[in-house]
Amino acid sequence: MSETGIGASVRRTEDNRFLQGRGNFTDDINRPGQAYAYFVRSPHAHARIRGIDAAAAQACKGVVAILTGQDLEADGVGGVPCGFAPDGGPIKEPPYPALAKDRVRFVGDRVAAVIAETREAAKDAAEAMSIDYEALGAVVTLADAPKEGAPQLHDDAPGNLCFEWEIGDKDATEQAFAAAHKVVALDLVNSRLIPNAIEPRAALGEFDPGTGNYTLHTTSQNPHVVRLLMGAFVLQIPEHKLRVVSPDVGGGFGSKIPHYAEEVVVTWAAKKVGRPVKWAAERSESFLADTHGRDHVSRAELALDANGIFLALRVKTTANLGAYLSTFAPLIPTYLYGTLLGGAYRTPAIHCQVRAVFTNTAPLDALRGAGRPEATYLLERLVDVAAAETGIDRVELRRRNFIPSDAFPYQTPVALQYDSGNYASTLDKALALADAAGAEARKASAEKAGKLRGVGYSTYVECCSLAPSNIAGAIGARAGLYEAAEVRVHPTGSVTVFTGSHSHGQGHETTFAQVVAERLGVAFENVEVVHGDTDRVPFGMGTYGSRSLAVGGSAVAKAIDKIIDKGKNIAAHTLEAAEADIAFADGTFSVAGTDKELTIGEIALSAYVPHNYPLETLEPGLDESAFYDPVNFTFPFGCHICEVEIDPETGTVDIVGYTAVDDVGRIVNPMIVEGQVQGGIVHGVGQALYENCVYDPSTGQLITGSFNDYCLPRAQNLPAIQTGTQETLCPHNPLGAKGCGEAGTIASTAAVMNAVVDALAPLGIRHIEMPATPEKVWRAIRDARAA
Amino acid sequence: MPAVSMTVNGKTVSGDVEARTLLVQFLRENLRMTGTRVGCDTAQCGACCVLIDGDSVKSCSVLALQAEGAEITTIEGLADGELHPMQDAFREHHALQCGFCTPGMVISAIDLVTRNPDPSEDQIREWLEGNLCRCTGYHNIVKAIQAAAQAMGG
Amino acid sequence: MYDFNYHRPRDLADAVRLRSAAEDGVFLAGGMTLIPTLRLRLASPSDVIDISGVDGLSDLEASAESVRVGALVRHATVAVSADVKKRIPALAALADGISDAQVRNRGTLGGSIANNDPAADYPAAILALGATVMTNKREIAADDYFTGLFDTALEADEIVTAARFPVAEAAAYAKFPNPASRYALVGVFVARIGGAVRVAVTGAGDQGVFRAPEMEKALAGNFAPDALNSVTVAADGLNSDLHAGAEYRAHLIGVMAKRAVAACA
Repeated sequence: MSETGIGASVRRTEDNRFLQGRGNFTDDINRPGQAYAYFVRSPHAHARIRGIDAAAAQACKGVVAILTGQDLEADGVGGVPCGFAPDGGPIKEPPYPALAKDRVRFVGDRVAAVIAETREAAKDAAEAMSIDYEALGAVVTLADAPKEGAPQLHDDAPGNLCFEWEIGDKDATEQAFAAAHKVVALDLVNSRLIPNAIEPRAALGEFDPGTGNYTLHTTSQNPHVVRLLMGAFVLQIPEHKLRVVSPDVGGGFGSKIPHYAEEVVVTWAAKKVGRPVKWAAERSESFLADTHGRDHVSRAELALDANGIFLALRVKTTANLGAYLSTFAPLIPTYLYGTLLGGAYRTPAIHCQVRAVFTNTAPLDALRGAGRPEATYLLERLVDVAAAETGIDRVELRRRNFIPSDAFPYQTPVALQYDSGNYASTLDKALALADAAGAEARKASAEKAGKLRGVGYSTYVECCSLAPSNIAGAIGARAGLYEAAEVRVHPTGSVTVFTGSHSHGQGHETTFAQVVAERLGVAFENVEVVHGDTDRVPFGMGTYGSRSLAVGGSAVAKAIDKIIDKGKNIAAHTLEAAEADIAFADGTFSVAGTDKELTIGEIALSAYVPHNYPLETLEPGLDESAFYDPVNFTFPFGCHICEVEIDPETGTVDIVGYTAVDDVGRIVNPMIVEGQVQGGIVHGVGQALYENCVYDPSTGQLITGSFNDYCLPRAQNLPAIQTGTQETLCPHNPLGAKGCGEAGTIASTAAVMNAVVDALAPLGIRHIEMPATPEKVWRAIRDARAA
Repeated sequence: MPAVSMTVNGKTVSGDVEARTLLVQFLRENLRMTGTRVGCDTAQCGACCVLIDGDSVKSCSVLALQAEGAEITTIEGLADGELHPMQDAFREHHALQCGFCTPGMVISAIDLVTRNPDPSEDQIREWLEGNLCRCTGYHNIVKAIQAAAQAMGG
Repeated sequence: MYDFNYHRPRDLADAVRLRSAAEDGVFLAGGMTLIPTLRLRLASPSDVIDISGVDGLSDLEASAESVRVGALVRHATVAVSADVKKRIPALAALADGISDAQVRNRGTLGGSIANNDPAADYPAAILALGATVMTNKREIAADDYFTGLFDTALEADEIVTAARFPVAEAAAYAKFPNPASRYALVGVFVARIGGAVRVAVTGAGDQGVFRAPEMEKALAGNFAPDALNSVTVAADGLNSDLHAGAEYRAHLIGVMAKRAVAACA
């Protein structure tokens, strides 16, 4: 292994700019003459707009323009489209106007945009807007949404039902339940979260009247997708006239995947007012109007035989979509959820039904893990309940039901074919690393100190590398989910890589350069990675679903293969040998059996200064692009073990130990993989113990609208995290990589909650909902003791 | 509009501002020094930390006018040809991912190590109460600060 | 934030004159509460009078009898002061636990007690230690100072100049922070001075900081955690919110009080 190649913990290239305050985030960009947009947002969860009087606002100091839904309509600007409609049944797709015209459907819905000379002037004028609302009843909770007589969000979605969806063999599942030795059931809620990337969303629209070109700088995880959706479906701007740039982006976690109305408005407004228009969300707006995540209510049942072998799993879930369909909203509680209910187990029959409903709350979409944390939490909690109710040890029960390592590729009963795995191995490693054998002694000594101590396990499987385009299409995606790359070897042998993946913290500028350095035999320092600009990168589907290395990296690898092929052609010509005799290794092309060789640098120079190329068979230049479409998903897996101590007097849960052993396939940069896992874990810990999006159930007002009420995990909430890895390669992509960005989040929530319930189990507590706040835990303990 | 004058990273700067202008707005919009960032509107995330006369402070909660005559150090003022030891430790220990909270995190950490040259892991975690990071899980930030404290002579 | 007129007086008289002359003036010290409030447009003063340059408000003095903390003394200063740590270590510890490091670097005693946020920490120390609040006009006894939610005995032309805390035989503060905001969900300050015991509770009361007479009585007889076993804290008049219902707060008052008493040992 070289110091900078695959497998090396190369320090990150991008850090130099971030550490010196030289990062280039959207709100850091300023354009001469720019004006600022401020969005007037609905204070009502549900209301009819009877009229908008902008006269007083128009007269405010510094106001440039006030734009409303009527202006959008007059210009023929459509609503924000949805990119996924699951197969199998009808789906209601109500329009999602960029600015509401007649009706608002959640607190934070956009009603008008005030464009002014400064941010504060725009905000001043926004307060002077007079909007006549007729408040309507709001439906907020999953329980209320389908009720007879409940307020209806959309005329064409009776019962507030967006769609019903199912997966798996219902009959086989029912039969297995009928014949089961034991059935365990669990009702559980997957709490609603607000993503809260630390960089609030921002967008800067520009229009050049000289060329007719538009430019949008935006905080997106997938600028090409924004260009496609906004250009083709909303503003009708052809691609060659619309450049979308996602510069440095300060975290995404799924919330920056969707195409948002604010992007439409600043782009459209830039032409309308003849000036660049910038918008940067305040955190309060992020809380209200970024897409939220999770929010399921489920009933889960597991059928077992007398030996604890899982026979069948039955799940009924109601999922919240919010007020409108965000870009990928219908995908999350369906194919990213129901298909993962097999987990690491051989459960032969699974049936999952999902009802997805509209409510007067912010639209939901992907949030780190997106569907897979929901599935894992449900399944891993249910397995613990099954262990408790069968008397089989939790670890043993998992082990008994694992898909054995010689069973891969493994076809699950819920559509997926797992590529490779060795689940017992990560479990064993984690048990050793966490000193699980010592847990009982630690519990006993905690008891002496008056504390309740518990340990929780989560043996997860996730599905990454979204997505084989044929499968994506078959299940309802309106686009393929391949990735594009271009590798340009410059005349002196340095390399620029253009990737459709987008880094918003993942470190692609380093990792992808390592792949190139290794495969092309060039110096790491001589590789530059470009991403996030539709004018520079040929195409891209972006970064989400832990797909960058497995799909985007594979596209780079494929382009490199083409570079090598072309290099062989050049070498054959230059060295006067047959192309079949040219070998390439470590950056050098050589003729087999001779000492004739040329370095990649020499080949590159030759490619750009050719004098006698046989032009029918050899073009000048050394620049190749590739589109890589995965043949299957990838399936990382692992085992997380969490230990908690609970202070029974206050109900406070402290995480006192956390161990994660993950297998994410080939690891290019171990330092970065560890960092991704650590960050992911803490995101999942947040859901388990701290984070909670709460709307007033009757008025639909967001109660957790700032960091004063929405609790993000802080450094003091956590101990040091122990991580371990193993590498079971993905057999079907060129890098063997599986993906690591979401593993921590997918695994950790269940591990923490299982530990909390384990600590409380001696009191007879069977389950507790998230987040396990001090008050909730204290009440559970008090009620259990009273019982 | 009122005038304000202060020293930022060793250079005297001045400008006319509305009284309501925050120090962070003055830095970002008047001086176009965008390394100091705004991540919340309730003074909690810490992305906007700068040193005012050596103390770490959230520049989103200070008026530009309050900084009249003060010595301000921002993230842009730390490296002197080479990275500051705290910056270097953050890089070495992979204590940043998206980089958005990083300037505030580095400034806050420098203040800690100035006050407490050899902080324990717990002391570091407590100190970071006012700095939110969504990417790293804090693990590597804590490691980096410990290493920087050693490098800075703790 | 709405715009306003900004003033930076050099002396107390000027500060008071400016406030009196203003249509709706407000004093600004560290700004750790005021500026976030203004940012969220929750207040719209016509004039902001920055008293941080006023002389004579930044002294910290300690004797065997008392600790006098000037209004502009920052939490970070109190937290590390050797004098405070020697005379009233509980006060230094309380200051060290206020919000986060950056807030402690700016926030002041005067700002905290003039604002009287129902979840602030300093009011508990003032009330439990029976401190004297000193202003440009008079001295106010702790028991007369806090008059309700965000309300104090201060008059419009009155500025806190210092607080004088008597040195206690024993004192401790136990705080259960709101996990999100880090303000006190419940904070209990217990002090024994001259044989008398005073207990003040912050974070919990719907009218702000208050004393707990039954606890004081129980502890006067027996200054030990177990003495509180017989005291039931009622949930009436306690705050109830997302993070803690009144019943839970009532329970926490008992737990924190015991921990504070235990810490006095």
